[in-house]
Amino acid sequence: MGGAPMWLKRRKRDNRRLMPIRDQKDPARGIFTRRALLCMAVQVGALGELARRLYHIQINDGDHYARMAANNRVSKRLLAPPRGRIVDRYGIALANNKENWRALLMPEETTDVPGTIERFSALIPLDERDRNRIARELRHQRRFVPVMLRDFLSWDEMARIELNAPSLPGVLIDVGTRRVYPEGELLAHIIGYVAPPNESDVAHSTLLALPGMRVGRAGIEQNQDEKLRGTAGSVEMEVNAVGRVISELNREEGVPGEEISLTIDRGLQQRVLNHIGDQTASAVVMDCHNGEVLAMVSTPSFDPSLFDSGVSHAQWIEWTNNQHTPLINKAVAGVYPPGSTFKPAVAMAALESGFVSPTDRVFCPGHLDVGGTRFHCWSRWGHGSVDLHLALKYSCDVYFYEIARRIGMDRIAQTAHRMGLGVPLDIELPHTRTGLIPTPAWRQAHHHHWNGGDTIVSGIGQGFIQVTPLQLATYTARMATGRAVQPHLMRAINGEISPMANAENWPSLNMPEKYLEALRAGMFAVVNEPHGTAPKAQLDLPGITMAGKTGSAQVRHVSRALREGGHFNSANLPWEYRPHALFICFAPYDAPRYAVSVVIEHGNTGADAAAPLARDIMRDTLLRDPANHTTPPPESVATVDDSFE
Amino acid sequence: MTVLNNRIRFHKRLLRAEPSFRLMAKLWRISWLYVLLICALAGIGYVTLYSAAGGVPYPFAAPQAARFAVGLVLMVTVAMLPPRVLMRASWGMYALSLVLLVAVLHMGHVGKGAERWLMVGGLQIQPSEFAKIALVTVLATWFSRMDHARMGNPLWLVPPAFMVLVPVALVLKEPNLGTAVIIGGIGASLFFTAGMRLWQIILLVLPVPSLVQFAYGHLHDYQKARITTFLHPESDPLGAGYNIIQSKIALGSGGMWGQGYLHGSQGQLNFLPEKQTDFIFTMIAEEWGFIGAAAVIALLVLLIMGGMIMAIRCRNRFGRLIALGISMNFFFYCLVNLSMVMGAIPVGGVPLPLVSYGGSAMLNVMLGFGLLLSTWVHRDTRLDESGGSPA
Repeated sequence: MGGAPMWLKRRKRDNRRLMPIRDQKDPARGIFTRRALLCMAVQVGALGELARRLYHIQINDGDHYARMAANNRVSKRLLAPPRGRIVDRYGIALANNKENWRALLMPEETTDVPGTIERFSALIPLDERDRNRIARELRHQRRFVPVMLRDFLSWDEMARIELNAPSLPGVLIDVGTRRVYPEGELLAHIIGYVAPPNESDVAHSTLLALPGMRVGRAGIEQNQDEKLRGTAGSVEMEVNAVGRVISELNREEGVPGEEISLTIDRGLQQRVLNHIGDQTASAVVMDCHNGEVLAMVSTPSFDPSLFDSGVSHAQWIEWTNNQHTPLINKAVAGVYPPGSTFKPAVAMAALESGFVSPTDRVFCPGHLDVGGTRFHCWSRWGHGSVDLHLALKYSCDVYFYEIARRIGMDRIAQTAHRMGLGVPLDIELPHTRTGLIPTPAWRQAHHHHWNGGDTIVSGIGQGFIQVTPLQLATYTARMATGRAVQPHLMRAINGEISPMANAENWPSLNMPEKYLEALRAGMFAVVNEPHGTAPKAQLDLPGITMAGKTGSAQVRHVSRALREGGHFNSANLPWEYRPHALFICFAPYDAPRYAVSVVIEHGNTGADAAAPLARDIMRDTLLRDPANHTTPPPESVATVDDSFE
Repeated sequence: MTVLNNRIRFHKRLLRAEPSFRLMAKLWRISWLYVLLICALAGIGYVTLYSAAGGVPYPFAAPQAARFAVGLVLMVTVAMLPPRVLMRASWGMYALSLVLLVAVLHMGHVGKGAERWLMVGGLQIQPSEFAKIALVTVLATWFSRMDHARMGNPLWLVPPAFMVLVPVALVLKEPNLGTAVIIGGIGASLFFTAGMRLWQIILLVLPVPSLVQFAYGHLHDYQKARITTFLHPESDPLGAGYNIIQSKIALGSGGMWGQGYLHGSQGQLNFLPEKQTDFIFTMIAEEWGFIGAAAVIALLVLLIMGGMIMAIRCRNRFGRLIALGISMNFFFYCLVNLSMVMGAIPVGGVPLPLVSYGGSAMLNVMLGFGLLLSTWVHRDTRLDESGGSPA
C-alpha cells in the first residue's frame, strides 16, 4: 500500500496544487499564479491602506468629528417668556396671560389635507381670511411643521374637535398664550394693548422673532415693554438633517416679564367711569402727597383685546372718524384751554412777583378797557371792588385781566410751568402732549407780534393756553401740598414699592406757604362760601370739606353783538361749539390728600357740569381712601356711597 | 482505510451512473465555508439596513433579505453549470449585455446624475453591472484557448481588446465614469493574468497619462465638480461637498467602539446621504466604531482572497480567469465604495456589494459568486484548451 493512507496522499497532492507557481505542462498556469499573487498583494495593500485611513479618521481625528456630529445634531432654540402681568394697587389683575387653545394641522399625518380641512371647517367655521392663510402656509412650510387652523378656541369648540378626532387625522390642539384685559374698556387708555411685532421690531430684538411674542403698542404695555417682556429661555433639541425635532435634550426656562403694580385703584376707576357716564370727558384722581394717579378716565374708550387678534378695517375707520376720539387718552393727550382754572396760577405769579399783595383790590365794573379794546367780565354787572380772595371766589375776570397786565406774561408762564402746566410730566405713558403756556418769545418765534391783549386773555386761561387734564390735576396737587410731585402710574415692580410712593422724596415747590394758603382759601370759598361759583361741589360728607375752582373754556369767539344781544346762551349752541367744562379740586381742605381734575368736552359750564361730577368723584375717593388702604375697601363702601345718590 | 476507499469508489460509480447523484456530489463540492462568508456579509447588510430604517425591518432590511434568498438560489444554480455550458453561454451573455447597454442609452432612466437603469417587468436592471460579468466570461472564454505561445502574438490580443473597449465606450457614454474605469480595470487584470508579455504591457501603459488628460477634457461638468469638491470638500459644505463631509463626520464620530447599534446620530438623524445605499459603510463605522468597520473590511478581504485562491487552484484556464475576474470585480466594488466614503476618491454611485440596499447589484454580485463557485466545483475538470479557434 506504500505506507501513507489514501486521504493523506490526497491532502498532499492538494497541497502541491495549492500554489502552482511553476507548471511544467502549462507555463501559462505558472504565470497566472505569480501574477494572481501579485494582484492579491495589491488588493490586500489597497484595502489595508483604506483600513489605515479609516483608523486615522476614526481614532486620530475622532474627537474632531464627534464634535462636528454633535453640532449637526443639536439645535438650540429660544423659548418665548411669559409677559409680565399688570395689576392695580391692590393686586387685581388688569392685564393677564391666558391660555390660547389652538387647532393645528400636521400635514404629514394625514393623507388627505384638503379633505381634513373641509371636515374641520364643517365643525368650526373658517372664514376666507383663515382659508387663504392656511393655503399659503401649506404651500410654504415643510410637511412636519404644523399649520395653524384656528386659534382662540372655546371649550365648546375644543370638545367638538376632540369628539370628531377620528375623522380629523393630523389635527391636534395645543396651547399658547394670549394677552387678556379683564377690565376691557375701563383701563384701555392706561394699560394700552399689545400686537404682534412688525419687521422693524424683530430687527431690533431677536427675542421678538419668537412665535407668540407681543409688543406693547400703547399705554403701560408700550411704555414698560422692556420690563414686561422678560428674558428668553432656551431649549436644546436633537434635530435630524431636515430640521425635524427628534427629542428634547435640555431646557432652560426663561425669566418671565416683571409684574407691574399700578397706582390705579381699579374700584375707584370704575366708579369714576360710572359717574362720567356717556359724556365725552376725562378725569384724573391723584394723591397730592406723592403724585400717584389713583384713577384716570377718558371717555369714550375702546376694547383693547381686539388688537391681539387683529382689528378689522371697518372698526379702525369707525374709531378714527369718531369725533369723540375713543383711541385718544384725553387725560394726557387732550389739550384744552384751562379757562378760569388757570386763575390760581396767575394769582401765584402775581403774588410771587411782589407787585400784588393778597389784599390789593381791583374794581370790577364788568369790563376792562385796555388800548381801545373792551375785555368783558363773565358778569355783565361786575363784581365791584374785589381782593384776591373774592376774585377767586367769584372767578372775577377783570381782577385777573388787571393783575396779568401788571406782571406780564413771562412771569405767568414761569410760575405756571413750575406748577406743572404746559410742561412735560413724568407720567409713564406714551403719546402724551405738553400743552402750551404762550410767551412773547414763543409768539415771536412763530413770526407774530405779542399784543398786550394776549397777556390779558391769558390771565383768565384763554387765548393760546392749552393744558391737559393730567397737568391740571398735578397743578392742583402741587397747590394743595406745596410739593413738586410728578404724576406717575408705577407703584411697584415685582412687589418692590417704588421710592416715588414716599411723599418725603418729593422736593418742595419753593412757593411761600402764605401765598399757597391764600390760593387754597380762595378755592375753599369757591365751593363753600355763599356766592361762590361752585356751590354744587359741596361735599355732603360730615367733617370733610373740599376746595375747588371752576373753569369754562370757550372754543369759539363770542362776538360782541351776540353778547350784547342778551340772548346769548351757550347751552343752545351745537355740541361742538359749546365751551368745555372744567373743574379742579382737592380735599380734605384742612389736610389735602386727593386732587381731582375733570374736563367735560363741550360740557358748557364748569359750575353746572364739571363741579358736581368732580364732587361725586372726590366723595368716592374720600370714602375709599386708597392712599391709606392696602386692601380694596369692602363692598359696603360702595353701598353707602350709592345711598347718597 | 479500505472502507473509506471503497466508499469513495462507490460514490464515484454512483456519480457516473446517476445524474441526480452527480448533482448531489457537485453540491457537496461547493465551498460552503465561502457561502457562509457570503451569508455573513449579507447578514451585516441586513442588520445595518435594519438600523438605517430607524430600527424596523421595512422598508430596507426585509426586502433585501428576500432578494438575498433569491440570489442564493441563483448562485447555487449557476454553481452547478459546467464550464462548457458557461463557455457556450458567454457569447450570448456578452451580446445581450451590449444590447442592454445600447438600449439603456436610448430608453434608460437616469437617477442621481449617473446611474442608468432599465425597467423590465418592475425590476430595475443596471446593464453596466451585468456587462462586467458578461465581459469576464467572454474574456475567459477567449483566453482559455490561448496558450502561452499565442499570447505572444499581438494579433490574438486585438479581438479581446475590442471586447473590453466596446462596453467601456458605451458606459462612458451613459455617462458613468466610475463603472467604465472598473470595467477597464477588470479587463486589464484578465489580460495581465492571462499571460501578456511584459513588453506588451509596457507598450500599453505608456500612453495612459495623455489619454487621461484627453478624457478630463471631455468630462461632464458634474463629474468635474465631483473631482473639485473631492479636492476641497470644505469649499461647498452644503452643496457637492456635503456628502463627503457628513460621511467623514459619521466615520469620525464612531471612534474606536462606535456610538452603539441604532444610536449613530449621523445615520439615525438622516445627516448621512444615501445611508442605505452607497454610504452604508459609514453607518457601520459610526454605530460599531473602528472595531466593527475593520471587521467588515477583514471579511471583504477574506472573500476576495478566497476567490483569488479558488482561481489559483483551478486546473483549467477558463475557470482560473473567471474566478480571478469575478474576484477583481468584487475587489473593485469594495475599493471604490470604501475609498468614496472615506473621501479618498470622488463620489460615484458604487454600492458596497451585498450590504448596500438595492436589487440589481445584489443579483449581479450573486451571479458572479455563482460563477466563482462553479469554477470551484469544476476545478478539476480538464478542458481542451490547447489552441484551435476559441469556443
